[in-house]
Amino acid sequence: MREHTFFSPARLWAIVVKEFIQMRRDRLTFGMMIGIPLLQLILFGFAINSDPKHLATAVLVADHGPQGRTLLQSIRASGYFDYVRQVSSEPEGEELLSRGDVQFLVTIPVQFSRELLRGARPTILIEADATDPAATGNALASLQTLIRGALEHDLKGPLGYLSPGIDPVELRIHPRYNPEGITQYNIVPGLMGVVLTMTMVMITGLAITRERERGTMENLLSMPTRPLEVLLGKIIPYILVGYVQVGLILTAAKVVFHVPMQGSLILLLAVAMLFIIANLAVGITFSTLARNQLQAVQMTFFLFLPSILLSGFMFPFRGMPRWAQYIGELLPLTHFLRIIRGILLKGNGIAEIRGQVWQIALFAVVAVVIGVIRYRRTLD
Amino acid sequence: MSAEFAIDVRGMTKTFSGRTVVNGIDMQVRTGTVCGFLGPNGSGKTTFIRMLCGLLRPDGGSGTCLGHDVIAGSEAIRREVGYMTQRFSFYEDMSIAENLDFVARMYSVPDRKRAVDESLEKLGLAGRRRQLAGELSGGWKQRLALAACLIHKPKLLLLDEPTAGVDPKARRDFWDQIHGLASQGLTVLVSTHYMDEAEKCHTLAYLAYGNLLAYGSPKEIAQGSSLEEVFIRLMEGSPDNYES
Ligand SMILES: Nc1ncnc2c1ncn2[C@@H]1O[C@H](COP(=O)(O)OP(=O)(O)OP(=O)(O)O)[C@@H](O)[C@H]1O
Ligand SMILES: [Mg+2]
Repeated sequence: MREHTFFSPARLWAIVVKEFIQMRRDRLTFGMMIGIPLLQLILFGFAINSDPKHLATAVLVADHGPQGRTLLQSIRASGYFDYVRQVSSEPEGEELLSRGDVQFLVTIPVQFSRELLRGARPTILIEADATDPAATGNALASLQTLIRGALEHDLKGPLGYLSPGIDPVELRIHPRYNPEGITQYNIVPGLMGVVLTMTMVMITGLAITRERERGTMENLLSMPTRPLEVLLGKIIPYILVGYVQVGLILTAAKVVFHVPMQGSLILLLAVAMLFIIANLAVGITFSTLARNQLQAVQMTFFLFLPSILLSGFMFPFRGMPRWAQYIGELLPLTHFLRIIRGILLKGNGIAEIRGQVWQIALFAVVAVVIGVIRYRRTLD
Repeated sequence: MSAEFAIDVRGMTKTFSGRTVVNGIDMQVRTGTVCGFLGPNGSGKTTFIRMLCGLLRPDGGSGTCLGHDVIAGSEAIRREVGYMTQRFSFYEDMSIAENLDFVARMYSVPDRKRAVDESLEKLGLAGRRRQLAGELSGGWKQRLALAACLIHKPKLLLLDEPTAGVDPKARRDFWDQIHGLASQGLTVLVSTHYMDEAEKCHTLAYLAYGNLLAYGSPKEIAQGSSLEEVFIRLMEGSPDNYES
């Protein structure tokens, strides 16, 4: 019999096999692993992140030329903007906006038509109450193309010289109160991180406390096994579960929510693996710290709440106060959100995400080390 | 390993939050013998056994177990010891065969599949290998646990009330098996509350409230009267009864 004093792959594998068997038998947990992503997709994807339309809009028309009118009409036709008020001065509009009576204030400036015809690119100002950026994001996003399309029609024939090349009108958008807008595409990829954080930490969080509560720990401890073998043995099987969730959410993102996928899927899956491991590692560390399963669950929430609130999932990261950002930087979810949004939406490659990847890796290593140190090898 | 004593410890002490539960116990168990471990509930038997196999860190004491230092060598000790816990501690959501297979893997048992099959055969559970351990009756659980801690052919068996709840026939088979193994050089420390089992041991250690009150062969301890009476007398005369 060979003696593996420090680390035995065979013993590691023994634990992996055992965990797989137990996972298969534990229908409830298994169902939860599938159920939670589905539930969150429904909640965040449909219910909360709907695409709000018919938003109250005030207009300030300082020029009554035909082009201004055309523009306002086509803005309304998009379905996002409902003109509820016409204001006669800037301060009046501001007040409506600040009271939250309207979501937008559209200003057609003085001399709009004249300047347009002179080719001087007049400015249309759209001020948005972006307190809830999700509410305004889509409406604003639709504007640029909308305006070009609207004027294309007017600027034909003799005015055709104005149409080609640069936009005839300068669109200036002031998203107020909240500089970073979240579009709906942000939410669904972000959900992958949130779901993984919640379920992965929870599942391994219970891993060691469960052995303790069922009394099987006494047996496990009496066997010649090393902490690292036990911890890794309990992490590895659940990587697969994590991937099932990733697959589920990616499919929903593509098929149901039509999230663009600009970057490399392989890269995304590779980073997801790292993120899954990081979360499993935190869970297992919680598990070595907790005295019982209830404590383990409580610790999970202790991580989960800041993760949801401070990672940039719920609120734009840059909109948060400094101290909250510092906390956010410590959370793996923060970095994962940047990575996954970067890959999916911006087509980021390794070069752009490298910095974030390191942070997650570091987090995982620290978690495992604490777990190994805290793993109690005796019953006292 | 053919040292004279498989267990050779002195002054073993364990304190739980200020309460001494095992109080400076010396014990020597000759290799290849069966030592019975007796004493009233709460006297510290389980605690003592746990210290031997590294599950609890002794607060005092020294010595060797299978030639390894009882504190520093607990890793090596674990590899060569078979420990059967008082409370069933195998995985109830795994089948009988899966449990045995897990244990065999953990000890890197060579020719694992055969070892598991043989063990099932000997147990008489070959036909129920797929049954979940949690569905077994109490007595069968005990028998499974014993089979599991023998699968890696340990040199020392630490059995904590292995026959509690086991029927008479199975108990006799069990003791026959123990003596068979001992004659091949295996050392056994077995705790029990049954007097008929105590009679079958080579030596007996009687523990009461953390103190070793008697140690010797059953004959030496009984001195003509019955073991049971001797023990009850010892227990009543014991100075401080913590449990009351
Ligand atoms: N982890 C622990 N923490 C605190 N006290 C403990 C712990 N384990 C055991 N004890 C105490 O130590 C004493 C001895 O317990 P132990 O289990 O060793 O007795 P025992 O001789 O095995 O009893 P039994 O015959 O009932 O199995 C008991 O009073 C028990 O309450
Ligand atoms: Mg006991």
